[in-house]
Formats: sequence, structure tokens, C-alpha cells
Amino acid sequence: MITRKLILCSGAAAVAFAVTGAMTGFSPVASAQAEELVIESWRNDDIDIWNKQIIPAFNKSHPDVQVRFAPTPPADYNASLNAKLAAGTAGDLITCRPFDVSLDLYNQGHLTKIDAVEGMENFSDVAKSAWQTDDGSTTFCLPMASVIHGFIYNKEAFKELGLEVPKTIPEFMKVLAAIKDEGSYAPMSMGTADQWEAATMGFQNVGPNFWNGEEGRKALIAGKEKLTDAQYIKVFEHLAEWGPYLGKGYQAQSYPDSQNLFSLGRAAIYPAGSWDIATFNSQADFEFGAFPPPVPEGQSTCYISDHTDIGLGINAASKNVKAAETFLSWMTTAEAGELMSNALPGFFALSNHKINLTDPVAKEFVGWRDSCESTIRNSYQILSRGTPSLENDLWNVSVGVINGTMTATEAAEKAQTGLSSWYKPQQ
Amino acid sequence: MASQSNKGSPFKTHLFVFLLPAVLIYSAFMILPLIDTLRLSFYSIETDGATSFAGWANYITIFTDERWSTDFVNALKNNFLFFLIHMLVQNPIGIFLAALLSLPRLKLKNTYRTLIFMPTMLSVVIIGFIWQLILSPIWGVGDTLVGFVGMNDGLPPLLGEESTTLLTLSLVSVWQFVGIPMMLIYAALLNVPDDLVDAAIVDGANQWTAFWRIKLPLILPTVAMVSVLTFVANFNAFDLIYAVKGALAGPNFSSDIMGTLFYRTFFGFQLQPGNPSMGATVASLMFLVILCGVMIYLYAIQRRLRRYQL
Repeated sequence: MITRKLILCSGAAAVAFAVTGAMTGFSPVASAQAEELVIESWRNDDIDIWNKQIIPAFNKSHPDVQVRFAPTPPADYNASLNAKLAAGTAGDLITCRPFDVSLDLYNQGHLTKIDAVEGMENFSDVAKSAWQTDDGSTTFCLPMASVIHGFIYNKEAFKELGLEVPKTIPEFMKVLAAIKDEGSYAPMSMGTADQWEAATMGFQNVGPNFWNGEEGRKALIAGKEKLTDAQYIKVFEHLAEWGPYLGKGYQAQSYPDSQNLFSLGRAAIYPAGSWDIATFNSQADFEFGAFPPPVPEGQSTCYISDHTDIGLGINAASKNVKAAETFLSWMTTAEAGELMSNALPGFFALSNHKINLTDPVAKEFVGWRDSCESTIRNSYQILSRGTPSLENDLWNVSVGVINGTMTATEAAEKAQTGLSSWYKPQQ
Repeated sequence: MASQSNKGSPFKTHLFVFLLPAVLIYSAFMILPLIDTLRLSFYSIETDGATSFAGWANYITIFTDERWSTDFVNALKNNFLFFLIHMLVQNPIGIFLAALLSLPRLKLKNTYRTLIFMPTMLSVVIIGFIWQLILSPIWGVGDTLVGFVGMNDGLPPLLGEESTTLLTLSLVSVWQFVGIPMMLIYAALLNVPDDLVDAAIVDGANQWTAFWRIKLPLILPTVAMVSVLTFVANFNAFDLIYAVKGALAGPNFSSDIMGTLFYRTFFGFQLQPGNPSMGATVASLMFLVILCGVMIYLYAIQRRLRRYQL
């Protein structure tokens, strides 16, 4: 009998996991004090910068408003924010993911309109596009920062091996081959274990040069181009060439592994997001620089992914909406923009103010805005709205082509099939 | 077992009072959410939050929509593999260790027992992290170790290839949880009276035959219970895979099991918005699979087990 009871108990206990997901009925009351603003964010790396620089600077002009930065780990942020919003325990200010995740929050009534907030006129329509309704009539998050993709390289290693910074893809491949032949460095530090690296640092980094940036991105949304078109297959073919030049065991290499390999000086090139600058500034003891994604042979225009990444919105259920608006409008000022861009090198303010950057590598990155055409990641607007989301599919197939388990054509077909299964203009 | 309720005896109010707290807590935190999950799986939720009754639509989608069914079948298949590896590796090793521990002249018994049980008490995040480090082809000690036995190319990326990821993760999970079958079976073995074994030895059996002929038949009910616990735990597994491979359970979903599929569906992932009603459908199917497994055990196996009065 004892056995049977045990089994029943454990059987029921076991279901508990499946069941916890559905427990939404209880809603504890939010416990924020008056005039204390709590900021929800996934940027737990930035907690020091908020506490030591941004919040004190804000309090200089607004001493009466307490601000607390309360981040969640990036991978859990969306799920935990949704749960908190549903339960009414979320903070006053919500750090906004770009596009649909935040648009959904707005549509569900969790975010307020902020068009009337003082200072919103300092942002261009492109900057605001990531946090507007599809028709562009309402903005619900303040554009805070963008990140730019490119390659960071070890300047000392390049000098030692007598290498030039590559401008075109054939030059890039020659540089990789030269580093591999010489043998003292891994040519490029990127892993496919975490999947997003392959899509974000690979596909979205070099891709815009193939699909002509905004033009290709918009054509995909309009259904005029398909992921099985030649330019997309070429991106995958190019990515497949990366495999042999990544470090040993790159299939099991995680993102922190990639960062460490580069900052320890064991790899010469690092496919980067500009946010990596801060990590390398504190960890690498050699000089490093950056170059934009190389263009295909004979192409004169270059395209970069200058991706609107972080916004800040107001929780509609906040009890301190006035104070939250004050904080937002302070965030639109040139002072706040310059503070942020310099405190977080690699996150570039999106306001129209002229901002002086002090970090040399961040300056290089932002300099490409003048020489190349900017675009954003092509899977972020509208195309990840259904199931399967294009973004998640791109992770999967980018890993496939780099690992050599999928051909470029298979990858393109898989992504296209997934997209056309729910997106009308692509059917 | 003698306390059969007699007709005519007064209603035992105190029993009710004693049971009440457990019944209340169990109902509020287990039964109600379970029923609510089942209910939710029959609804569909629009992006604006409106809910409408959908009948069997969600279930039909999971089984007939090619994309959903591929994911579901893949997760189910991987989950069976995950379970099979536990049954074939974890439980035999658990029985073996328990048998060794119960040998009469073994020294340092308690030390071994504690050491083997230790990983079970560690957080799964730590387990995942430690094994990722050990097996890392970049910095792992595994790389150096296999060098000693002549594998000069070092470890292959065990946690990065489609063919090896699930197998490796299963074995890591076996390593973590082998202490549980060991403890349960060890406890059962302690209950086997020494007289029986002694008598067998006097009759000419050695420890080996005594184990197979005397001890094992006596502990079979415990072995069966361990198996069903393994089944239930494995079909609810999620944390190790999530900690090591994330919610996309890569590469190419080769380590995707029911738990990760449920998480991805219910909560969404990255740009993929969550879908609570489809998630509830996956959860209900998980419940159904577990229910069927436990039923099969109860009706087909447990009834046939012979128990001995010791």
C-alpha cells in the first residue's frame, strides 16, 4: 500500500511542473512606494553603470524621485516580465525589447502612449519605428540605444602576422586562411552552441551587404523577395565557409567562451556586436580595433546592421506615472544621451543630439554610420510575429550551415517554409 | 492493513481534521491548477488577450499541423530515449551500487554512500555548468584526460553535435540522479533478513548467487517503484536541458524534450511570443503520457509482482 501511495503522490507531484505554468489566478499587490521608480531591465551587466552614473546624474536635477534599477537575467526577462505584468507586480518603467514583444505589451494595455512626453521630438522616425504601432501613429517606448555589428580584431596579432584589415569578402577569407596557416591564433572566435551567436553575429552581421540593407528587408516584409532568392543563399554559403576557421570544438563553444578566447588573445578576429566593446575594454590587455562587415567583391556600397535594441516605456499600471514621465523626458536630453553612450560604450544613443564619444573602438563603430547604409535585423519587424518566428528559425539554420549539417539551399528553404506557413505576403 | 473500516463505528471526525490541511494545500496547488491547465487547453487566446472556446482545435493542430506534429513527435521521441537511457544505465548502476553497499564486510560504507548521493543534492544549474566545463573542447579537463589514453585530437564537441548532445545530457542526468535508486534499493536491501542470506550461504551459495536468487526477488517491488519514479521524473525533465542548451534545445532541436517544448510554447522564446493555450495543450499531453505510463505500471506490472512476508 505504501508503495502505491508513494506512486500516486509522486505522480501528482510530477504533474506539478506542467501545472505551475498555468497558475495565474493569484495577484499579489504591487508594493512600490510613492515616488520610487523601479526599472525592469534585462541588462544585468549594466547595474553598476545605472547605480553609479545614470541614476545619480538624474537625481542631481530631480532629487525628489528615487529610482531603483532592478534587472532580470536576459534569457528570463520576457517570461518573467510577462508574469509580473499579469500579476501587477512589475516596476514602473519597463525596458522594451524592440518590435513585437513590446507591441504586444502595448496592445494588451501594459504600456502607455508616450508621444506627449517632452523631448520625444529629438528622435527620428527610424529610431522610433521599433516601438510604434504598425501604422506609426503611436509611440510607446522611448528609443534608448542601438547596437552595431561588425568584426573586432586583435591589432597586435594582425601586426605580428603582417595582415591588412580586409575590405571585401575574398580578402576576408584570405586573412582567415593566412591566420589558420600560421597557426598561433584561432582565426575567428565564435561558437554555435548558444545558437543566437550564429544568427546575430553571423547572418545578421554580414547579411545586409548581400540583401542591400533596408531595401532587402522591406522587400522581404512586402513579400517581393523570398529567403530562397539567390542573395540569401549566398549569405548562407558565405557562413558555411566560416566553419573551418572557427576554433576547435566550436560546436560546443558558448558565448562567454567566445568572448574569453578573444580577450585572452587566442583568437584574432571576433564577429561582434558593439556591446562587446565594454567586456573587451575591461578584459583584453592588447589593443583591438574594428572593421565593418566586408562587402562582396566589386560592391561599392556597404551596409551595416545598426539595430534599435533598447527602449524604455511606462507600465500602465504604475502608480507613479508622472514621475516616470519626468524620468523619460530627462532620458531624451543630450546630457543623458552622452552619459549613456559613454558609460556603455557600444550602445549608441538614438537621439538627434550631437554626441561626443570617448571610446576609440566605439567611435570606429559609430563612424560607419557615415560611410555605410544603416539597416536593422531583418527578422525583427513583423516577420517574427507568427509561429515559427523567423528569428528562431534563423538561429537554427545558421547553426546548421556553419556546422555543415545543412546546405545553404536547405537552410534557405527551411526558413522560407517556416515564414510562408503563417505570413500571407510570402504565400 | 488491518484497519478496515467497520460498519456502524462512529464517524471519525479527527481523521477529517488531520487530513484537512494536506487536502486543502494539495487541492489549491496541485488539483486546481491541473484542472485549470486542462481547461485552458480547450481555449484559444488572441494577441489582444481575448479568450474563446476552441474545442479540440489545439489538439488537432498539434497532431495534424506538420510543423507542430514534427516538433511534438521529435520531443516525444527524444523524451523516450532520455527515459530509456535512465532505465538502462541509471537503474542497473543504482542496483549494483546498492548491492555493493550492502555487502557485509565493506569498509567506509557511509563515505561512499554520501559521495555517490552528493550530486543529487546539487543545483542542476551547477551540474550543467560543471559538465559543460569538463566537456568543453576549449578549456575542459576532459580534453587533457582523453589525451592520456592516446586520443590526441581531444574530445569531440559532445554537447554541440546533433548525434551526441542528447546522449551526453542523459548521461549527465544519470550521473546526477544515480544516488536516488541507490538509496531506495539500499534501504530495501537492508530489510532483507540476514538469516535468509546466511541460510543460503550455509547451503553453499556465494554472495553472487545469494544476490540473484534471494535479495533481488525480494526487492523487485522497490525496483518497480524506482522505474516508475524514473518514468515520471524523466517525462517532466526540463531543467538540465534548459540550463545547458536553452529553450531551443539545439542543435537543430536534437535535445528537445517535452519540458523544453512546453516552455518554448507557453512562455515563448526571444521574439517568439508565448502561447498559453497551446502551451497548456502540450502540458496536458505530457500529463496524459505520464498518466498512461503510470496506469500501465499499476495494472500490468504492479498487480503481478509477488510480495513476500518477511
